[in-house]
Amino acid sequence: MALTVNEAQLGAIRAHGERTYPRECCGLLLGRFEPDGAKTLHAVYPVENTWEGAGEFGLGDGEGKERRFLITPEDYRAGERSARAQGLEVIGTYHSHPDHPARPSEFDRGNAWPVYSYLIVSVQNGQAADLTSWTLDDERQFQFETVHQTTEV
Amino acid sequence: MAVKVLIPAPLRRYTSNQESLELEGGSVGEILDDLTGRYGELKKHLYGEDGKLRNFVNIYVNDEDIRHLQQQGTVVQPTDVISIVPSIAGGF
Repeated sequence: MALTVNEAQLGAIRAHGERTYPRECCGLLLGRFEPDGAKTLHAVYPVENTWEGAGEFGLGDGEGKERRFLITPEDYRAGERSARAQGLEVIGTYHSHPDHPARPSEFDRGNAWPVYSYLIVSVQNGQAADLTSWTLDDERQFQFETVHQTTEV
Repeated sequence: MAVKVLIPAPLRRYTSNQESLELEGGSVGEILDDLTGRYGELKKHLYGEDGKLRNFVNIYVNDEDIRHLQQQGTVVQPTDVISIVPSIAGGF
């Protein structure tokens, strides 16, 4: 599987992660599923990290926004409406790992949806660093996803 | 009684790419049973190993989260539309 993105989109995700540091940022990736299963990102949809409300959904575990993010179903529905208005679909999500590698955690895996791209940016001392993408397989294990970067905007 | 169920993009690979299905049942729980009975591969993404609906899976009847109704016992009518809505959580 592969995710095609452009430089401006990655820049927006990195900047979001730096802005919310030392807390996690999050958002939705709006784009298109290609017939071969690849995905193309067309718009970055930032979402406010509302993790403190996670208890309502049975997700709260005592951690703070430095280590957790939540996109509520209402925020998801708003993102989906925005996608549809642009002729797009939600194709994945992104979040930051402040002072932590850009690798999915067991918590990420336990809460993940199949098919979607899970783009993770590591933010080290306030500066965006590595950025990787992952997708869940049929065994609910994350597999590395190739990120193709194009120059077109 | 058939009720319309909207399938989110990440689950459509398990429903032959259908965006909506007409499923049988008089309650949300019965509708979900019909869904996972027809499309067994879906089940592990909707339910945890404890057999409970995963916390990040949200079921709406029209515009109402079933957490605010009668959960999976919520009675549905043929005119209702059921949506499976993701919430997305993560971190490290």
